[in-house]
Amino acid sequence: MTAVAPDSTGAAGGTQQQILSARGLIKTFGRVVGLDGVDLDLYRGEVLAIIGDNGAGKSTLIKCLTGALVPDAGTLELDGKRVHFQRPQDARDAGIETVYQQLAVIPALDIASNLYLAREERRAGPLGSVLRMLDKKGMRERAGKAVQELGIQTIQNMGQAVETLSGGQRQAVAVSRAAAFGGKVVVLDEPTAALGVKESNQVLEMVKSLRAKGLGVILISHNMPQVWEVADRIHIQRLGGRAGVITPQSHSMTDGVGIMTGAMKLEG
Amino acid sequence: MTAGTSAAAAELARRRHSPLQRVQHLLHGYPWISPLVILVLTMVVFTIVNPRFSNPSALSLLIQQTAVIACLAIGQTLIILTAGIDLSVGAIVILSMMVMAKLAVENGVPAPLALLIGIALGVGAGALNGLLVTRVNLPPFIVTLGTLSIFTAIALLYSGSKSFQNNELPDLLNWTGTSFPVGPFRLTVGVVIVLVLYAIVGFALSQTAWGQHVYAVGDDPEAARLAGIASKRVLLSVYVVAGLVYGIGAWVLIGRAGAASPNAITDANLQSITAVVIGGTSLFGGRGRLIGTLIGALIVQAFYVGLSLARVDQQYRLLAVGVLVIVAVAIDQWIRKVKS
Repeated sequence: MTAVAPDSTGAAGGTQQQILSARGLIKTFGRVVGLDGVDLDLYRGEVLAIIGDNGAGKSTLIKCLTGALVPDAGTLELDGKRVHFQRPQDARDAGIETVYQQLAVIPALDIASNLYLAREERRAGPLGSVLRMLDKKGMRERAGKAVQELGIQTIQNMGQAVETLSGGQRQAVAVSRAAAFGGKVVVLDEPTAALGVKESNQVLEMVKSLRAKGLGVILISHNMPQVWEVADRIHIQRLGGRAGVITPQSHSMTDGVGIMTGAMKLEG
Repeated sequence: MTAGTSAAAAELARRRHSPLQRVQHLLHGYPWISPLVILVLTMVVFTIVNPRFSNPSALSLLIQQTAVIACLAIGQTLIILTAGIDLSVGAIVILSMMVMAKLAVENGVPAPLALLIGIALGVGAGALNGLLVTRVNLPPFIVTLGTLSIFTAIALLYSGSKSFQNNELPDLLNWTGTSFPVGPFRLTVGVVIVLVLYAIVGFALSQTAWGQHVYAVGDDPEAARLAGIASKRVLLSVYVVAGLVYGIGAWVLIGRAGAASPNAITDANLQSITAVVIGGTSLFGGRGRLIGTLIGALIVQAFYVGLSLARVDQQYRLLAVGVLVIVAVAIDQWIRKVKS
């Protein structure tokens, strides 16, 4: 298995700070091998796209990175420290936020509640400590700021139920949530799959602003033009392993698809 | 509408809504409005038919009669909010009640201890339902259908199908039936207990993280889990809290019925579900307000009292409640389709 050395294909900026690194991840499901010793490197302030055919192990890989699955073997380092995630909450506590393709938001809850779900903030004083009362007003204000930081204007009322929003707005809420709390890494699984062209562009703009904030962004996508537009580096997953890492500058989309399908091999 | 449109365009889009859409939006945000309107209409119509309906004494009776079902419907609301259903409400209440009464009367257990054991039994019964739902992964309908028979059987076997009248029971167990004047009205201790329960559970549902998690788990358990909520723990806690409410409901029932009888409130299951549904809580989970359930329970009882004051056959009450249930679910389906 060959790969372009990560530092030779660096993202924006001179000094590269590695934020997430996976080595030799293996995950099997019975006799089916989901991941067959995968390595992955992610740097601060870069967008790393993961592409691959169906069944190449993209989803299994990100699930192992975000605590939704526990790998059978392999190591994971975040900021140079070994980490073991047993549950999604572990990864989240460590600073890795995930935006899932389908299950990103709770439709019945309002926008602010969705942003603060499972990390609600309580009121100051005995109302919060004794009665455990939520600081709804404060959360709505801060949610409004978080949404605005990503340049979304149509979402005005943070008390609005998410089910009244359009698909793009819902995804914007999910991305805002990840951006507001993603201390180090944000993982986006097919964030534009269900969206129209205009809405997709909005989400891509959000991805760029996450990068500008200095976060490491992992983007899983089937949409090659989008990947080539927004990614700094592209991790190609094939048959449960890493077929290689390329950049939009070093390789064309056709090359990328070739490596993905096995029609082309990366030179070492 | 996309994220690219300006706020002004969003405002224009909002103005294009028809009056019907605005009603839909209003009901979506405040699902208890439709039951409240129905309650007010019901009271106005019954008062026109028979002015005695609005007498403080008749209204006091209405409130006292509603208390037990309104209490049980709190637990039912919690469970329905998680997209479940509880068919064992009545059985748990009877079991709690018979244990309280028999321990105090026949086994000489001090009244406070008998009361606590009875309530704890309600908690245990709720926990059993919750464990079967969360650990064995059985559907709530099947679990509570099973425990309905099990708890009923245990209650009958334990009590020997015997009733305990209020003159046999200790004062503490009868205390919930004690009435006192409030202005022109007469309330009971039981009514006050139920109202306090509404305040506490209503606060927990709407103002605490636990409440948010109950809604989230009811709406989409998998998304809730991925968001970091311990879905199963929240679900289990709902059944336990419901069991606690039923245990307290057993105490309120002794005061209301003036006895502990295994044949009391045979239709508690359907009545509590009816109150929840008429109150605007969605059977699909994740949507509804506790205050709606209180209004729903009052509506059902208002039909009962109103139709008897109007000297109409009681079967019309059944008919009217049936129509209301269907209308309430239809309204729920409609407001769930809301779009911005």
